[in-house]
Parts: sequence; structure tokens; C-alpha cells
Amino acid sequence: MQIGVLAMQGAFLEHIRSLEALGVKGIEIRKKNQLKEIDGLIIPGGESTTIGKLMIEFDLMDTVRSLVEDGMPVFGTCAGLVLLAQEIIESDQPRIGLMNAKARRNAFGRQIESFEVDLDIPVLGEDPFHAVFIRAPFLEEVNPPAEVLARFMDKTVLARQGNILAAAFHPELTNDLRLHRYFIELAK
Amino acid sequence: MVQVEKGTFTVKKGLAEMLKGGVIMDVTTPEQAKIAEEAGACAVMALERVPADIRAAGGVARMADPTIILKIMDAVTIPVMAKARIGHFVEAQILEKLGVDYIDESEVLTPADEEFHINKNDFKVPFVCGARNLGEALRRIGEGAAMIRTKGEPGTGNVVEAVRHMRRVMSEIRRLQNLPEEELMTFAKEIQAPYELVLEVKKLGRLPVVNFAAGGIATPADAALMMQLGSDGIFVGSGIFKSKDPKKRAKAIVAATTHYNDPEILAEISKDLGEAMPGIEISSIKQEERMQERGW
Repeated sequence: MQIGVLAMQGAFLEHIRSLEALGVKGIEIRKKNQLKEIDGLIIPGGESTTIGKLMIEFDLMDTVRSLVEDGMPVFGTCAGLVLLAQEIIESDQPRIGLMNAKARRNAFGRQIESFEVDLDIPVLGEDPFHAVFIRAPFLEEVNPPAEVLARFMDKTVLARQGNILAAAFHPELTNDLRLHRYFIELAK
Repeated sequence: MVQVEKGTFTVKKGLAEMLKGGVIMDVTTPEQAKIAEEAGACAVMALERVPADIRAAGGVARMADPTIILKIMDAVTIPVMAKARIGHFVEAQILEKLGVDYIDESEVLTPADEEFHINKNDFKVPFVCGARNLGEALRRIGEGAAMIRTKGEPGTGNVVEAVRHMRRVMSEIRRLQNLPEEELMTFAKEIQAPYELVLEVKKLGRLPVVNFAAGGIATPADAALMMQLGSDGIFVGSGIFKSKDPKKRAKAIVAATTHYNDPEILAEISKDLGEAMPGIEISSIKQEERMQERGW
């Protein structure tokens, strides 16, 4: 199995490290033809506007969208969550836009409001998940078939819609591999 | 009660991780900030004047007027950075209060202290600092910097100093990795760096924080060169808004930073960019006027 990590901009190397720690090969994706080689795709944290524009400029957006529509598992973290949401509040930026949810960018405030916290994520078991939120978004509305997997301060910070998984925080910045493992199970 | 921790080193360093593979552009107006965002910048640096103009104007260069910084913060949704003078912790307090996302304790401004840098651990907002070599980088990290950049020679459009500084840091890291345990304390003494951080660099094989290139980057090829030399991302100061066609050049530099290893794409995006900023040969700048000499 090979998992692609979109490498337009952002923390793609950290995701590859997390995948490798689970014994899965991660490859950096910069061009359309590389999408053929993968069983799943991670969209990392970074600047969602930058990543979206580069996906358009280098003609990856439509291909990624149709692969995900055809069932390829995709996991977006932070900027990745923004790019996966159908609606982005107060923004017309480019997006994949397949999760039936409404994202709010920089929803907790600017960098000085960035934080770490222990989250309850029932699908990952009883132990709390230490989550790092950086200028993080959240999902303001989540509608079926999308479902909420974790909330913080009444806001959705982890959601899933079939083959689409979206987190507002950065599992790639900590050593807890449970969320990456959960995603890899989707890709099997 | 759930414990929420803010301003930790993890979140400070974390924002820099999110900027990787991206371009941070100097801007002086909300209009320029929008052009930068539209071109795909991952952050902007809010300034009163770009380094080339600071160099030309001479005199004392200080933190920008808060009005300018706030207008730029209002104009874009990407992170906004701003510069404080070396050692000027009150400028840093003001910038933190304004809510900027990163502070650059920068040699581009006139230093306020010729002995000491800001104690960056005192702040919740993260700092980036310039460095010419490994020792300087580790001293800044020891003071709390969560991100490092090469100094280069700002405002020159000449990449030679940024290359020198990046190569220097990389070669010192390689040398350190080959040293036996018993030589590490003396190595730390020689490069004037905290011993604990020297051990960490040896273990990681890289700096413990993100390391960008800055100072003199003017073309997509310059950006790709710095990336191939091992930079995590790129700062462009005067190089964009001192060129003939800032929009086009900004976009090309963003694309070059993503596709730094792909000469075919680099060739394509380097076409028809219009004139680059005028460059300055480093040897024509007197030693005491070189910004990179500032910092201790």
C-alpha cells in the first residue's frame, strides 16, 4: 500500500514520517500523474489558499476530486479539512468541496490563540488524544452523510463522511499514531 | 476541566511547520498584501518599507506603525508577521498585543541593543530570527526563537550571502554528525552554542526548528536554489515589489518553491517575468553597512 501526501505546501514531511512509523510508504504528490500510484491521499496542514491555488495551477484539483468521488480515501488535517468542506464561510477560495459541512477558517483566532488540548475521540478508544490546534478551523455545520467524530468546545474538530476524514488539528505533529492508523484502515 | 495550553513551544514551532514549502512576502500596503495572498504566499511580512528602500533611506529603521500592520492584518486571511528591532522587547510587546502571528527580530531594522537579543521565551507569540551559521542559529533558539532564517544580505537582490549562510549551517551540521561524543563540548564552545541544543542537532541531523532562506532572493531560480540547498521555505523581501511585474513574479516564485526539484517546470515558470529588481554587488557595500553583521 502507498499513501500519497499532497506536497504543494505545508507540513507534508511530518505526515510521511507518521506513515512510515506505521510501516506504510508515503509519497510526496506534486503532479497529476503521481496520483495513479496511490491507495489514499493525505492533505496536510499549511495555508489552504496556497495549497488550493497550486492544485488548480498544476491541474490536480479535478483529478483529486473525481478520485475521491470514486471512493479513494482522503484525510485532510487543518488546511486539508478546509479544502474538503463543501462550504467555507466568507471565502470563495478553490476547494475539493466534497464533505457535507461548513468550515470556518482561523476559527479559534490568530496564532496567540493556538493551543494544545486532550480530546476525547470515541472511535480511537478510551485514551484521550493530545491534539495540537494551530490557527485552526472547525466545522460549524456537519450534515449527513457526514458524521461528527470529535468535538471541542461544542465545535466539530473531527468528522467523517465515508472515505473522507477531516481533522481540525495536527496528528502529524505528535507521536500518537492512532488517527493515521484509523485512516490507513479505510484505505485497506 | 479540560486543560488548554496556549503559547507552548509546540504551537510556536508548529505554525512554522505549516509555512514550510511556502513563500513569505514583504508587503507595505493592504493592496500589496492582497496581491501576495492572491499569488499564493503562505504568509506576509508587514513593513513600512522593504529592505531595499530601508537601505537607500539610511538613518534608523524601526518597527512599522501599528496602523499599517493592522490594515494588512485586516486585508488578508493568511498569517501576518512583523519586524521588531534586535533587542527591542517593547516593540515586540506591542506587536504581540496587536495580534501579529509571528515576530521577526530582524537585522533589517537598526538594532536597539548591541549586546542582547529579546528573551523570546517571555512571549506567547512565536519569533523568527536570522542566522549566518549554526552557532548563531542555536543561540537564537536558546533564547526562544521557534523558526530560523538565513540572514543573506537584505535588499540587494543578490542571493550569494543567503547561499553562503545556508551552506555554512548545513556543513556545520554535517560536521557535527561525524564528531565523537567527547568532542561535542568543545564544538559547542567553538561555535558558541548551548550544549543541549548541539546534542539535539546531532541527534536530529538538522536544526530543531524550521529553517527558511532570506536575504537577496529575486527570481524563481533563486528560490529553487535555496530549496535544493535544504531550506524549508522562502522569504522574499524586496524581490517582488521592486520588480517590474510583482503579480507574475510572486506567483512564479511560489510555484518554484513547490517544484524546486523540477527543471522542466522551473524553465516554464521563469519565462517572461519582466525585469527583476536591480541588484547590488556585495563587495560594493561597506562592511559597517552590511545588515548581516547585526546580531550577536
